[in-house]
Amino acid sequence: MYKYDEYDQRLVDERVAQFADQTGRYLAGELSEDEYRPLRLQNGVYIQRHAPMLRIAVPYGNLRAEQLRTLAHIARTYDRGYGHVSTRQNIQFNWPRLEDVPEILGLLAGVQMHAIQTSGNCIRNVTADAFAGVAADERIDPRPWCEILRQWSTFHPEFAYLPRKFKIAVNGAEEDRAVIRAHDIGLELVRDAAGETGFRVLVGGGLGRTPVIGEEVAVFVPWRQILNYCEAILRVYNLHGRRDNAYKARIKILVKALGVPEFARQVEAEFAHLKDGPSTLTEAEVARVVGRFDDPVLAPLPPTDAAHEARLAADKAFAAWVRRNVRAHKVTGYASVVLSLKKHGVAPGDVSAEQFELVADLAEEFAFGEIRSTHEQNLVLPSVRVADLHAVWQRARAAGLATPNIGLLTDIISCPGGDFCNLANAKSIPIANAIQARFDDLDYLYDIGEIELNISGCMNACGHHHVGHIGVLGVDKNGQEWYQVTIGGEQGNRTALGKVIGPSFAAEEMPDVITSLINNYIDNRHDGERFLDTVRRVGVESFKTRVYAERDARQHAKEVINA
Amino acid sequence: MPEIIKNGRVQHDDWQVVRLAEGEAASATALPAGRVIVPLAAWLLRRDELLARADAGVLGVWLAASDDPAALAPDLLRLQLVAVDFPKFADGRGYSIATLLRTRHGYAGELRAIGEVLRDQFDYLGRCGFDALQPAPGRYTPAQLQAALASLATFSTPYQASATHPQPLFRRAHRPAAHEEAA
Ligand code: SF4
Repeated sequence: MYKYDEYDQRLVDERVAQFADQTGRYLAGELSEDEYRPLRLQNGVYIQRHAPMLRIAVPYGNLRAEQLRTLAHIARTYDRGYGHVSTRQNIQFNWPRLEDVPEILGLLAGVQMHAIQTSGNCIRNVTADAFAGVAADERIDPRPWCEILRQWSTFHPEFAYLPRKFKIAVNGAEEDRAVIRAHDIGLELVRDAAGETGFRVLVGGGLGRTPVIGEEVAVFVPWRQILNYCEAILRVYNLHGRRDNAYKARIKILVKALGVPEFARQVEAEFAHLKDGPSTLTEAEVARVVGRFDDPVLAPLPPTDAAHEARLAADKAFAAWVRRNVRAHKVTGYASVVLSLKKHGVAPGDVSAEQFELVADLAEEFAFGEIRSTHEQNLVLPSVRVADLHAVWQRARAAGLATPNIGLLTDIISCPGGDFCNLANAKSIPIANAIQARFDDLDYLYDIGEIELNISGCMNACGHHHVGHIGVLGVDKNGQEWYQVTIGGEQGNRTALGKVIGPSFAAEEMPDVITSLINNYIDNRHDGERFLDTVRRVGVESFKTRVYAERDARQHAKEVINA
Repeated sequence: MPEIIKNGRVQHDDWQVVRLAEGEAASATALPAGRVIVPLAAWLLRRDELLARADAGVLGVWLAASDDPAALAPDLLRLQLVAVDFPKFADGRGYSIATLLRTRHGYAGELRAIGEVLRDQFDYLGRCGFDALQPAPGRYTPAQLQAALASLATFSTPYQASATHPQPLFRRAHRPAAHEEAA
């Protein structure tokens, strides 16, 4: 991953000093609550249900072994022994004391980490494909571009007090694994007819209260101009985005109000002034950034390994894990391993201090010290020799990190929800755990096949429920926790928003509701058809009818028993 | 006399900011004698009447966060002082307005932040081109204002190009390539 130079390090160190001073003045009563709030948010500190929550930036999901060791230390010393991978690839701690945050930031700075702009109305952590740099279907590695954007957006003096938060994602692969259509700016790396690298630019995507799929505002922005072009977008937004209503302040609302052509015209007019200006990138700068990624140099190995093949044949459990949790690598003889943070019964995305350390060990022994976090809330060892997979599996399994469920029903994306989050309408984690308990049989899970289930505790949609094949949204009904269900959402190249199937459900009904959906799929599916494809083919109505008919039957049965 | 931060120092200041009362017309408002900073609307309506005072260096113009700085572009050479109002410190439009005044319209006179101007935004305000920072009266004690000077340059070598840093870091400094550091 990218290694800091003295300038990167100095900025992070200066930030630690700044935040220590600000927190000191706040605790001394010199800064009001209102004045301090955006300062702490721009350092990832939320005041939550139990304590402050600290969100640490993981730039485009890249981590090093030594960083995980520091996270383990923080989890033990300042938290209750665990951390949490968020749906934007960041890492959160739920229990630190505010007084300790400056010290924690100091420890993070020691391993080239920080919490800069992980919250607040500013440009947030830039995200990318967790398999960037190693994916077999990658056209252009997005990481150097993400790093260039990270530096441009870090402490940008003009864009620290935007109308609302602002998220950028970059994709360089055939399949979009960065959900670029659900970001304020989605950048797709492309080449023009002459082979020059550039960006297709989508603007105004986002989930939340008003989910919108981003729209194309530029077909091709040459790479040299990308900072100028982003600056133009941000300036138009900063000056004209709504500030009177937080729910209408995202750039998607401005794009809708102006219409895409008019918005694009305003951006072009601004860009005309900035084009070829000082922020125009140079070959030397891009080469410098690329050169600071200390990627391992991998020579192709034989595609198969006799010992590996023998173990696959002999050990069903290992074979199942390889099938579900191991992905193709661009270099022959290597693979990427997904370490599942979705062990049934554990909060999706939670990592204990011991697990952080084990993953650090595995990364150092088998994966060149590299780790990635995914927006599906798992961890990845991007480059592992095929011959080492069995050893990795055994150790991961012993640590509860090898549940072979990646991409299956129990690989649930879930926000922290009502157990931790102040904004929640309802709890998320217990719903995830109840569904995992219901579908605990692996053979059955494999039979159901690929499916994505996403849960958010409120319409802020941190759990990306709109784009889940099945989406679950916590809603408040007269002070009680209820759940609305959508089906047919999808992330990736064909990003689509799910459709609500009908009135919401009580928490205890949720496993039954999911069972009804799954049964309807199994009864209707064609050979090899995924849940999502069946929903598309037969329509939402069929699922809706099944779910509510079975619900009525259950209620009727209950009444009979109670009568 | 109120104190403000100007050119990196705490200074006394006798400019008066003229704000229109609710419903008051820019055409009618009375302007006090001495140095005044008038709203853009008043300047545009009464330009002929006010030009002499501007030329004498005792009249400046302030822009609201919703004003378009281009409206002032033709007059920027005659004005010694332009201010930008921050109705709330979290309303960031003023940063773009200042950037445009400095980098697009070539304004080189005093650029003053007024309104809800707080110490913890000084670094960003400065980099966007504000060389005068006028916190609301009474917000800071003299000692606090003095201490706040430390916040003028929180970040010694920022990444971006801005009004005060015409070049981004990658053009401003030699950033070492990985192999240059290995030794
Ligand atoms: S979706 Fe709502 S409940 Fe869940 S983490 Fe986000 S804000 Fe909190």
